Amino acid sequence: MRVVLGEDLYLLREGMARLLTAHGCEVVAAVGDEPALLEAMIEHKPDIAVVDVRMPPTFTDEGLRAALAARKRIPGLPVLVVSQYVEQLYARELLADGAGGVGYLLKDRVFDAAQFIDAVRRVAGGGTAMDPEVIAKLLAHGRAQEPVGTLTPRELEVLGLMAEGRSNAAIAGQMVVTERAVAKHTSNIFAKLNLPPSDDDNRRVLAVLAYLNR
Amino acid sequence: MSSTRASHEMATPGRARTGRWRARWRDRLVVSPLQGWALVGYGIWNVLVFGLVVIAGSLISVGAGLVLLPLALVLLRHSANGARRRALAWTGIKIEQPYRPIPQDVAEASGFAGRISRLMAQLSDVQTWRDLAWTLLDGTIGVTIAALAATMVLYGIYGFAIGISWPALAGHGAHEWYGAINVGTKSGQSNLPRWGTFVTGAAYLVGGAYAGPALVYLHVRLTSVILGPTADARQAALSHRVARLTETRADAVDTQAAELRRIERDLHDGAQARLVAMGMNLGAAEALLDEHPEAAKALLVEARAASAKALTELRELVRGIHPPVLADRGLGDAVRALALDSPLRVEVTVDLPGRLEPAVESAAYFAVSELLTNVAKHAQAHTVRVDLWYGAGRLRVTCTDDGRGGASAGGADAVPGRGRGSGLAGIERRIGTFDGIMAVRSPIGGPTEITLEIPCASSSAKTSTS
Repeated sequence: MRVVLGEDLYLLREGMARLLTAHGCEVVAAVGDEPALLEAMIEHKPDIAVVDVRMPPTFTDEGLRAALAARKRIPGLPVLVVSQYVEQLYARELLADGAGGVGYLLKDRVFDAAQFIDAVRRVAGGGTAMDPEVIAKLLAHGRAQEPVGTLTPRELEVLGLMAEGRSNAAIAGQMVVTERAVAKHTSNIFAKLNLPPSDDDNRRVLAVLAYLNR
Repeated sequence: MSSTRASHEMATPGRARTGRWRARWRDRLVVSPLQGWALVGYGIWNVLVFGLVVIAGSLISVGAGLVLLPLALVLLRHSANGARRRALAWTGIKIEQPYRPIPQDVAEASGFAGRISRLMAQLSDVQTWRDLAWTLLDGTIGVTIAALAATMVLYGIYGFAIGISWPALAGHGAHEWYGAINVGTKSGQSNLPRWGTFVTGAAYLVGGAYAGPALVYLHVRLTSVILGPTADARQAALSHRVARLTETRADAVDTQAAELRRIERDLHDGAQARLVAMGMNLGAAEALLDEHPEAAKALLVEARAASAKALTELRELVRGIHPPVLADRGLGDAVRALALDSPLRVEVTVDLPGRLEPAVESAAYFAVSELLTNVAKHAQAHTVRVDLWYGAGRLRVTCTDDGRGGASAGGADAVPGRGRGSGLAGIERRIGTFDGIMAVRSPIGGPTEITLEIPCASSSAKTSTS
């Protein structure tokens, strides 16, 4: 798997590069500022770009903007955005094109190498990986608008785990139910959100988007 | 080549100079006399207004005055404000409106009693009487000054006209006087020769050209003496401002000190303590690594968990000091992010030109955050609208909810158990540091509309403190 890495802190960049290399990824470019990042993403067309939000030159949201710009040029380019904090607003912007292949995680998640690499693989494969903190905030709201408001608490729980990027098998394991029960929940969710039958991966992305947009 | 360029450089400032010269003489010969004529007209109108007010006032005893006098006073206020506007537009002299604000309960009182108390409030304002005196002065001295500005240039032109048509006038046996010149007899038999009219006309023309703008200026100055605030009012406004600055500065210092204490405490009890624990765990793990690798591994896992906790706490702390979205994207997106985080349905409209001053952005952000928290806690509302708008050097934030109303900034007169008072008072105090003001409209039963206005040019001293 070919990876472009965008992170301005040298220690973190090296650490992440080492971690990715150790797990069989090839880091084709590791850069520390926005123009270089955008150039690298467009030049290398990597299997995934792992990008920090805050970067030089202005230390605001360059990384995010570079990721969005690159996805505009190369639709569906898988991007995993890591940050010191997560914002629902940014999550929505990342998912807005509905093309999938998007992850948005706290930097802390890098600590758990296995989980992090798992997220990288999922995003590279066109799935999503939303940080549990984004999901937790959404669940905390309670009141929801149509059509997400019509979901049962159980279905909401499944949708939350789906947004984190878990497969049906993983969700079943987490919720201690059978995989068939999860499959039933997911098809209910798709029906309630008016998502027409199509490629399952794509529907999962759309469901997450509806979830974040409520 | 070089010579062409040189001639270009010469031509441009020359043309600009010609343009300025032309504009100045257009002002002197055309604009000022026209303004003079207008002022004459307004002066005559003011005499009428004076008459109306006096008549309406004298009809008070009959009862009709109670209806007529408020109308006449509206007319009076209208005339005075018109003069203030003209002063600013024509000469750049700013005449403030020194009227005392009418207390809110009086302004909102209904029925006959309300009408009477509003009338009394207007009549007890000294500026109303000064306005009335002004109408009379404007109609006399003002008109005289304005008439001079209006006619001098014209009279100069008239002189030339007379000089040119002298033979014709004399042929018709006309008896005319132009200044001290008797026009009407054959040239040579008059008290002065024909060219005298040209000299006198030219003198009036030049004199009028120079005197016109000065006369208009004099007129406005006189107006500003009577329509502007008195020295006492000025003094009172300044004292009020000093008192308010002292108060808000004290608030700002207190708030900041409290914030710093909170941050210190959070760091001390949170991240700092966890780092100490991590250091100890790592040290212990290092010692155990060779002999008890299993125990060392457990300690390392613990250290990692502690680091994650420390990061979470730091994240919360940073959010409380200066939210990252605010730093990244500015007030508009930061408020949108707040709306997403709110358990309520929040609609946000943003009309802001780029970024505002960082301190104002931060104050407005935390004010909106507090407002939304308040609504969620107390208002029992379903939807909230937040509008951000910037114009004329002020940021305006409006927060409207469809809840049960009854919010008040005062605290004391808030609905019992409502508890919104202290929060709103806190917001008012905090934006007060930036000369911001807050207006709360929240009838029992809702809806509640809270408006904040914060001037964004910090050097601007003009604020309404009422």
